[in-house]
Amino acid sequence: MNAVTGPLESALAELLERFHAAEAVALGRAISLVENERPGFEDFLHEVLRVGPSAARIGFTGPPGAGKSSLLSVVATIWRTRNEQLGVVAVDPTSPYSGGALLGDRIRMSDLATDPGIFIRSMATRGSLGGLATTTKEVIDLMDAFGFDRVLVETVGVGQTQIEITAAADTVIVVLVPESGDAIQAMKAGLMEIADIFVVNKADRPGADRLVKDLRQGLHLRVGTVLESEPVYHGLDLDRIRRKESGEEFKGPGWSPPVLSTVAQSGEGVEHLMDMIEAHRSWLEESGELEERRRARGKVRIQDVVDRELRRTAWHSDALLAVLDQGLDRIQKGKDTPYSVAWDIVNRLLR
Amino acid sequence: MLNIDQKIRVLVAKPGLDGHDRGAKVIASALRDAGFEVIYTGLHQTPEMIVNAAVQEDVHVVAMSILSGAHMTLFPKVRELLDGAGANRILLTGGGIIPVEDIEALESQGVGRLFGPGTPTTEVIDYIQNWFVGQDTF
Repeated sequence: MNAVTGPLESALAELLERFHAAEAVALGRAISLVENERPGFEDFLHEVLRVGPSAARIGFTGPPGAGKSSLLSVVATIWRTRNEQLGVVAVDPTSPYSGGALLGDRIRMSDLATDPGIFIRSMATRGSLGGLATTTKEVIDLMDAFGFDRVLVETVGVGQTQIEITAAADTVIVVLVPESGDAIQAMKAGLMEIADIFVVNKADRPGADRLVKDLRQGLHLRVGTVLESEPVYHGLDLDRIRRKESGEEFKGPGWSPPVLSTVAQSGEGVEHLMDMIEAHRSWLEESGELEERRRARGKVRIQDVVDRELRRTAWHSDALLAVLDQGLDRIQKGKDTPYSVAWDIVNRLLR
Repeated sequence: MLNIDQKIRVLVAKPGLDGHDRGAKVIASALRDAGFEVIYTGLHQTPEMIVNAAVQEDVHVVAMSILSGAHMTLFPKVRELLDGAGANRILLTGGGIIPVEDIEALESQGVGRLFGPGTPTTEVIDYIQNWFVGQDTF
């Protein structure tokens, strides 16, 4: 069945060749292969991912209507003037009723529509609830391997707990608007904990300054650096004293998420946002955090693939399905429980 | 490869200068409700923009709405660019105010069925679904 290191089917081998030749059509097709989990997609990823990650992966998340697309589009346009090659994945929701989706993020990226230096792909969530589609992470990998300098990801409009973007991006930008809620909302768990950079967009609207202030305050409370925003009390640096006492090695400063304000429509504050994205990148690289994030991503990917393979092995095996069926009969007669049947199946699987 | 369980991806595009996108939006919504994944590009798209989007999104179908009378230019142009981009497997269909003799002429140039005003959306959905069944794709 799965020939993870076996030769690719000829159609896929041809696709791989065209992918390596950097043909846009091949990338488009490869994404479909992966998105639809067609036979051989894992072999394809295996071939493609030999190069290892190199692109800066930047995620834009936040509630619906916060201006994620607009902000991404403005930032992308500026990067394009610097001739950076960009991949963009924009995720929109699938209707749980019809299974269909209307993917409209390209509308806001019209200015970039014929630019050969940017590749935009829309994805529907297809039932996934974390703010991304099930295969978005793999699609980001594909774009990385295709050779883009940056891969930008826009999640669906999210609430407080759809935070899968953290597992997909190196830098997570949480985009909020003045209407996004007061400090109490901001201090709730979830969305507020995942940002590397906060952006209050549509900052020309009333309430923006207040939200910026509330966010900054909430953040300082959370990371326990509230003193940093105050004048140093009697010249004491508590952190340094603590480190000295514990003999802990100085690892360089951590990252405290900045809170920025932008107006995507006019471009106000966008340059500053881009500077902060660069600053975060440097911090990631210098602190070793990037390696750690990549390692964590690798771990999750391996576990995901193992889960999937085991599930496939179990439920595509007639023998094990028979064990399941017989188990159900015995449960009905009161001779077994779902647990004993499951243990039996696992033991056979491991044999 | 079987494609029964696969999502049909359709690019709904509005080329040229006319700004009447009610029809395009009705079609986009109807296709979404039929379980398709619909990518909507917005107004004033050039043929190059449409083909670029079709390639990147790897859609199965491009559906264009044209009310400006420029259909004899736009449909063949998009077909030609799609084929040139190695995307000849994409079905090009659409609708608008298009005389019957023009529809026949366009169909002979590799354009799929074109639908006039008042067509029930189910007819368009059936047409695309039936076309899709025969496709070998991933």
